[in-house]
Amino acid sequence: MKQLLKYVALLAYVFFLAFPLVWLLSTALKTPQEMAGLHPTWIPERPTLDNFAAAFGEQDLVGAAARSMVVAIASAVLTVVVALPAAYAMARYRGAVSRVATGWVLVSQVFPFILIIIPLFMVLRNLDLVNTLPGLIIVHVTFTLPFALWMLQGYVRAVPRELEEAASVDGAGRIRSIVSVVAPLLAPGVVATLLFSFISSWNEFLFALVVLKDPDVMTLPLTLVRFTGPEGVSRLGPLAAASLMATIPSLIFFAIIQRRLRSGLMAGAVKG
Amino acid sequence: MTAVATRPPRSSPRKRRKPRSRQGRETLLLMLPALVPVLLFSVGPLLYGIGLAFTNARFGRNRVTEFVGLENFVDLFADSAFWSSFRIGLIWAVSVTGLQFLLSLGLALLLNQNLRFRGVARVLAVVPWAMPPVVIGLMWRLVYHPDAGILNSMLGTDIDWLQNFSLALPAIIVVGIWSGMPQTTVVLLAGLQNVPKELYEAVEVDGAGTWRRFWNITLPQLRPVIVAITSLDFIWNINQFGLVYVLTQGGPGGQTRLPMLFAYEEAFRNGFYGYAASLGVAIVIVVLAVLGVYLWRQMREAS
Repeated sequence: MKQLLKYVALLAYVFFLAFPLVWLLSTALKTPQEMAGLHPTWIPERPTLDNFAAAFGEQDLVGAAARSMVVAIASAVLTVVVALPAAYAMARYRGAVSRVATGWVLVSQVFPFILIIIPLFMVLRNLDLVNTLPGLIIVHVTFTLPFALWMLQGYVRAVPRELEEAASVDGAGRIRSIVSVVAPLLAPGVVATLLFSFISSWNEFLFALVVLKDPDVMTLPLTLVRFTGPEGVSRLGPLAAASLMATIPSLIFFAIIQRRLRSGLMAGAVKG
Repeated sequence: MTAVATRPPRSSPRKRRKPRSRQGRETLLLMLPALVPVLLFSVGPLLYGIGLAFTNARFGRNRVTEFVGLENFVDLFADSAFWSSFRIGLIWAVSVTGLQFLLSLGLALLLNQNLRFRGVARVLAVVPWAMPPVVIGLMWRLVYHPDAGILNSMLGTDIDWLQNFSLALPAIIVVGIWSGMPQTTVVLLAGLQNVPKELYEAVEVDGAGTWRRFWNITLPQLRPVIVAITSLDFIWNINQFGLVYVLTQGGPGGQTRLPMLFAYEEAFRNGFYGYAASLGVAIVIVVLAVLGVYLWRQMREAS
């Protein structure tokens, strides 16, 4: 009896979590005629991939995906390049500077973005970077930096200091010991941070909304929202198809990082 | 994303200490590449943004920005649109955080048990996490769609959920819960798995029931995790923007205009930079008032 109740509860959760996803998939596979029908159906009567083709056919969607890719890759690489030395310093030296950096990471979680985005917008306007991808990349680097710093310094901490010291006893210089001993051990952490930064940028909406005004520079999230105009039901299919495609990079990311995410990062992050 | 502080293990004091100044210089040098963008594009703008809250800054090149003291805050407190948005923000943040916590705790407890299909449920429980917030918003618009949506079809109703005055806020609260549940569930699950098994075995000898075990062991052991995740959820929720922008743009008639949507409109539609900044400052004050003690402890532990 008790066991049965548990399964009923689990089923209810699964339904709550799954039904919007099933509906998204179902909508993406429907013909416009079926969508306009009186009674919405779960399973498309004549499943079609036309909506995906239609979504691809929209020049601005493909372009938007390409721009999102450029922005996300550039932001991720820049974030890690800039954060790595700082993370190393934060993990290895305890001093005023690393304490302030740690404080900043925490503070950055509390402040509403609106307080940063208004002045940042003014700065970008003065630099003539509004409505440009480099402008958005700068913004994205700034906003992923705190958490990337936090992730990376955790990975540096996990590399035993003794290894570095052993290398320097063996006669390797400081740089040499970092490059040949620390770097290989850090590689998985760097990859995880790159992926995290990539996804943050790929998903980001508010800053892109403020910085990018022209349709022909917009990133994918902005372009997707533009799909929802007053055109009505006929556009719902391509919209669903495009939404599904926009999720693919994140799904790949989670497939790669899932195990680490569950056991390592999150568990470690909340041990307090 | 989560940045709950973890206390690092104290490393043993190093044998050969470098002179302090050299170490300080080295640290600064390593931090420089990060420090420059953070100062230029983050700390600087943040301080400037706080400063703007005390000015009459507006969009437009020829306008003179002047220091006006607390005028913006006085206006804010007299602005019924602000209070309405503030009230909606609190209802939203409290109910999303609270309900999300209760549901996630339930799910985490279930997933922590030896049930069949729990693998499937676990994977599913993480999927919303992997979705861009904009896609989550669009997906739920499809669910809530008055004609082509599945919700009306399931309930046999004929409601325009997101345009209905009294139902729009509850409707977006459901979406908020849906999108935040994975993270909260995973964190709570991790917390549950860290509760030492011996504690349960000890009370089992005393013949304690399920409820006693839950109240006397599980909850107290989870307490730090619960405090951390609900505080962060509250902060994220009160600062929420994208999801609700995509769902309703604050409508109908401002019924879902969360504080950040209000600030966005004031700044980027109406051009009142100073006024919008003062709203940001007001939200920070509220957050700090609610969570100040916790944040202070985290800061001290982290450093």
